[in-house]
Amino acid sequence: MKPVIKLADIHKTYQTGEVEVKAVCGVSLEILQGEFVALMGASGSGKSTLMNIIGCLDRPTQGRYLLDDINVSQLSRDELADIRNQKIGFVFQGFNLLSRTSALENVELPMLYTRQHLEGATQRERALKALGIVGLGDRADHKPNQLSGGQQQRVAIARALANQPALLLADEPTGNLDSHTSIEIMGVFQKLNDQGITIVMVTHELDVAQYTKRMIVMRDGKVVGDSPVAKRSNAEKESTRLQEEQKAAQLAH
Amino acid sequence: MRYLAVIKIAFRALRRNKMRTVLTMLGIIIGVGAVIAMVALGRGAKAQVEARIAALGQNVIQIFSGSINRNGVFSGFGGAGTLTVDDALAIQNEVPGVLAVSPEVRNGAQITAGENNWSTQVMGEGVDYLTIRVWDTAEGAMFTEADVRSAAKVCVLGKTTANQLFPDDDPVGKIIRISMRGGSASAPMRVLGVLKPKGANMGGQDQDDTIIVPYTTSMKRFSGAITLRMIQVSAASAEQMVSVQNGIAELLRQRHRIQAGRDDDFIMRNQQEITEAQTATTETMTALLAGVAIISLIVGGIGIMNIMLVSVTERTREIGIRMAVGARGRDILLQFLIEAVTLSSTGGLLGIALGIGGAQAITLIKQWPTTVSTESILIAFIFSAAVGIFFGFYPARKASKLDPIEALRYE
Repeated sequence: MKPVIKLADIHKTYQTGEVEVKAVCGVSLEILQGEFVALMGASGSGKSTLMNIIGCLDRPTQGRYLLDDINVSQLSRDELADIRNQKIGFVFQGFNLLSRTSALENVELPMLYTRQHLEGATQRERALKALGIVGLGDRADHKPNQLSGGQQQRVAIARALANQPALLLADEPTGNLDSHTSIEIMGVFQKLNDQGITIVMVTHELDVAQYTKRMIVMRDGKVVGDSPVAKRSNAEKESTRLQEEQKAAQLAH
Repeated sequence: MRYLAVIKIAFRALRRNKMRTVLTMLGIIIGVGAVIAMVALGRGAKAQVEARIAALGQNVIQIFSGSINRNGVFSGFGGAGTLTVDDALAIQNEVPGVLAVSPEVRNGAQITAGENNWSTQVMGEGVDYLTIRVWDTAEGAMFTEADVRSAAKVCVLGKTTANQLFPDDDPVGKIIRISMRGGSASAPMRVLGVLKPKGANMGGQDQDDTIIVPYTTSMKRFSGAITLRMIQVSAASAEQMVSVQNGIAELLRQRHRIQAGRDDDFIMRNQQEITEAQTATTETMTALLAGVAIISLIVGGIGIMNIMLVSVTERTREIGIRMAVGARGRDILLQFLIEAVTLSSTGGLLGIALGIGGAQAITLIKQWPTTVSTESILIAFIFSAAVGIFFGFYPARKASKLDPIEALRYE
């Protein structure tokens, strides 16, 4: 398997007034195609900064970053925008959908900024397909305020898939969801990963990280742990178990 | 990025906040409406003035006798009494390019016709007077060369005078009596014709309130004057105006024996000079009105800038999302710029409608002439779009320079 992400001695230093803050200091990583990685750590560990660098929203002050064999560490703002458009799909904690805009149009959004022109019909077709993958094919015309939290996050995942990126980058995707819906969303990610999509997920919850295949732990800007997930949870099984528990509870009453 | 999609996004954003959109556009609507209506008003006034000047006649040169200075007391123009009938005849015969000449004398008089009487100006004129003024009779005919030679007791009435003296009858063929003010003579005169109405002149005087008689009749039978008030000359073409004017000046100086280096004892005015003076006034007015209107457009533009800045702040998160999925700074800039231009040009279109309506309302209510020109509509529209670009650029640029990480974190 070829590496999708290759980080070599990445540093990120912020200048806040007189003080220099070293958010990331010397991270080297390799994430291969088809991996499902949880990036973990307490707040202030540098995991968000690292995610911003991986997501091409930010540039490292030092080090080399190869994304899908492209050196993106010193690209310009516009070039980074194009890389985000083509190579990365974002899923955020707060869903970040455009309000008062239908699910379909939200999913079409990345294609609007694609350099090579796409026909309106092609865009629509691809958006509908992406919505179908996350199980929302019948909700294309719904506005975000007509959808539940779990459904909104599914729309966001469909949007991330729209341009068939090399990498899906999720930042606390279950942070705003209840445990039941969280499992549901993790199920979507597991299914996508089974189809070969590389996923990097930032989280601070261990039980969410249990759904991934590999756990990277950060502290004080450095990687302090990197191991495969031993007892991997299966979202489908978890979901069935939860439902049975609920039924049993109802019967007991 | 497809422009159509951006325009669609802009319209949606504007529809989302209808009240705000309308209030923002109001500045532009009023500004453009004012420009259109004011320019229409100015042009209407100009057209009216031009029509009045055209009514003066064709390629007209007016020669007045100069003022006279007796022991330091100046008379007005015409007071010198230096122009004679022979001068007029000489101009007719000797200056090339002269089409027609009419000697003119004027006197106030009381007119009686049966039981009606009226006070008006009696103009003593030559046969060609109506040709020079591009005027014609509505009924009857003008007096002839023979009438002038014999100082016949005949006259032609202006429309107003005819209406006053003969409210019910046809005046042609009737007899009226004219008594000159200050003179004892009173004579019966036969009405040969009635002139077509010509309306007010540039001074606002009713040109139809008049009686025209042969100048010989006026001079010999009533006033006893031997000099003329003025000589009206019409040049054969507009191009010949200058040469005719020079020819007249040379001829008159020679006839009046004015030595080189001394001032003329006559004054010449031509139609172009009168036209220029009058149109300059209306042009100043138009410029003034347009200036006020443009200031209101700029104020409208500042309103747009204000709202766009608020909009950029409000939609920081949206900008962040768009950037995260791959929008370049330029895409964001274009989106907000198009939004501003949509705002201002929609306002411009509504303003044009308002301006046309306003101009028509002014004509209807105040009876003032207005002319809405395609040119002013086009300029107003382009200007309003330009206001959108100019005042929308700063907010749009601000939006395009946002940091995607900061923008995504914005609450």
